[in-house]
Amino acid sequence: MTEYTQAEMMIVAAARALAGVRTVFVGVGLPNVACNLARRTVAPDLELIYESGVYGARPARLPLSIGDPTLVSGALSVCSMADLFGLYLQRGLVEVAFLGGAQIDRFGNLNTTVIGDYDRPRVRLPGSGGACEIAIHAQQVFIVMRLSRRAFVRQPDFITSPGHLGGVGQRTALGLPGRGPQVVVTDRCTFTFDRTSGEMQLDSLHPGVTPAEVQAEVGWELQLAPDLRETQPPTAEELRLLREELDPQGVYR
Amino acid sequence: MKVMSMKEAIAAYVHDGDLVAIEGFTACICFAAAHEIIRQGRRDLTLCRMTPDLIYDQMVAAGVARKLVFSYLGNPGVGSLHAIRRAVEQGIPAPLELEEYSHFGMVGRYLAGAYRLPFFPLRSYLGSDLPGVNPHIRFLESPYGDGPVATVPPLRPDVAILHAQRADCQGNTHLWGLLGVQKEVAFAARHVIVVVEEIVEEAVIRSDPNRTLIPGLVVDAVVCEPYGAHPSYVQGYYDRDNDFYLRWDEISRDQAGTRAWLEEWVYGVQDRAEYVARMGLSTWERLAPGQAPAAPVNYGCYGGSQGRSR
Repeated sequence: MTEYTQAEMMIVAAARALAGVRTVFVGVGLPNVACNLARRTVAPDLELIYESGVYGARPARLPLSIGDPTLVSGALSVCSMADLFGLYLQRGLVEVAFLGGAQIDRFGNLNTTVIGDYDRPRVRLPGSGGACEIAIHAQQVFIVMRLSRRAFVRQPDFITSPGHLGGVGQRTALGLPGRGPQVVVTDRCTFTFDRTSGEMQLDSLHPGVTPAEVQAEVGWELQLAPDLRETQPPTAEELRLLREELDPQGVYR
Repeated sequence: MKVMSMKEAIAAYVHDGDLVAIEGFTACICFAAAHEIIRQGRRDLTLCRMTPDLIYDQMVAAGVARKLVFSYLGNPGVGSLHAIRRAVEQGIPAPLELEEYSHFGMVGRYLAGAYRLPFFPLRSYLGSDLPGVNPHIRFLESPYGDGPVATVPPLRPDVAILHAQRADCQGNTHLWGLLGVQKEVAFAARHVIVVVEEIVEEAVIRSDPNRTLIPGLVVDAVVCEPYGAHPSYVQGYYDRDNDFYLRWDEISRDQAGTRAWLEEWVYGVQDRAEYVARMGLSTWERLAPGQAPAAPVNYGCYGGSQGRSR
């Protein structure tokens, strides 16, 4: 069997979650690669939307940021950020959006603002960017984060972007249009959310990982999905696309 | 006469204590203007920008700013902005006040400023802790009975500095590639400095009016400053200098290293032309993009009498 890294497994798992999706709001970093891989594999009709104002990007190189000029050349449309947030996102045209964060809780609420007290932060993080409204409006949110006890916490220091808030039903009660987080892809496993509670549950273990290893990195008592599975390892073709075409320099190895 | 040097434009339109917006989302970020503001020793500025980026990291490190109004505080695609974090976390070189929004919130603030509206309504912030730390983010019951909407106040910078590909002498400005919030900021601000790679004849602008994002009507000063957006990029003119964005992550790790860089590349040069020369031809050759021209469009000529051809 072909060797692969945890990062590659993570990218491949995120890409596969996009099967059949038409519009995806692409996040910074690793989701960039996952979305481009999905378009070449499980989601051929996928159009990439970037908060910088790009719809239908066809990047000719691995984008260095969400505002890379390669996203503009050959795109279907480039619009102002007012149009992007108003007409694409708030209008409800984004099927799936990728988000990440420094902290996440069991309901998929995300912190990208501060570690510690807001006024005297131990670590000042980047803040919302578009994440707050993306979390509200995207029909579904897919989260990509490395699994670690520092990140998967009982109580985030700040909620930048709402997930399922305090549990299922709370989004609807507040009138948030999107359905909230559906999947959390990590380097060790994939989580989904229990439909009745809105709580994160371990859905699929990447090859060689045990539930105990995952529990050790999660700051609450982990729920297991009734049909806990093992993630299919990356195929030779997925690895070839990643290594030869999408990320030849191995930035995300 | 609107065409002037960067020195003249900054001296005329940027004053101590001003609310300043140097916008451009990843693209067209006018570092040349920021460096001139640092050289002229401005103080107590409130700096607005959706993404403070390296440009405000450098300005904060140089001590020109008192406050930041923003929505994403990172080195895009790289990591943290260390100088700004140092100011926020440790008060070095001086404490820095933060006022933060989400991207749509900042866009809405500029839109309200541009439209001269008392606020901008948006569906955001519900379920987020952001309104709890920023009292300017409020909620309003829709007068049409559709639940609460968030509101943000107008943002009207004293001066906006916007980089673009080309403009005529009056400041009628063609911009393509990422549009960011350049248009909204131009209409929101009290004064506008447009900085371009090239100044062109008015006829060039008139040949493609759909590409005119900013009309000279709202522009006070036009500065021609080739490579003025480096290390960010200008679509079709030069690529982002990603090596520099990565290197800044190292340079800016401590205040001494940051100061040394500012001494060499900001205080140590007269103007942008000297910076460009010192960077050397190899930099500009490395960043030159290939060709990808748009298909031409026909606007049509409607000067003749309509009936003549019948």
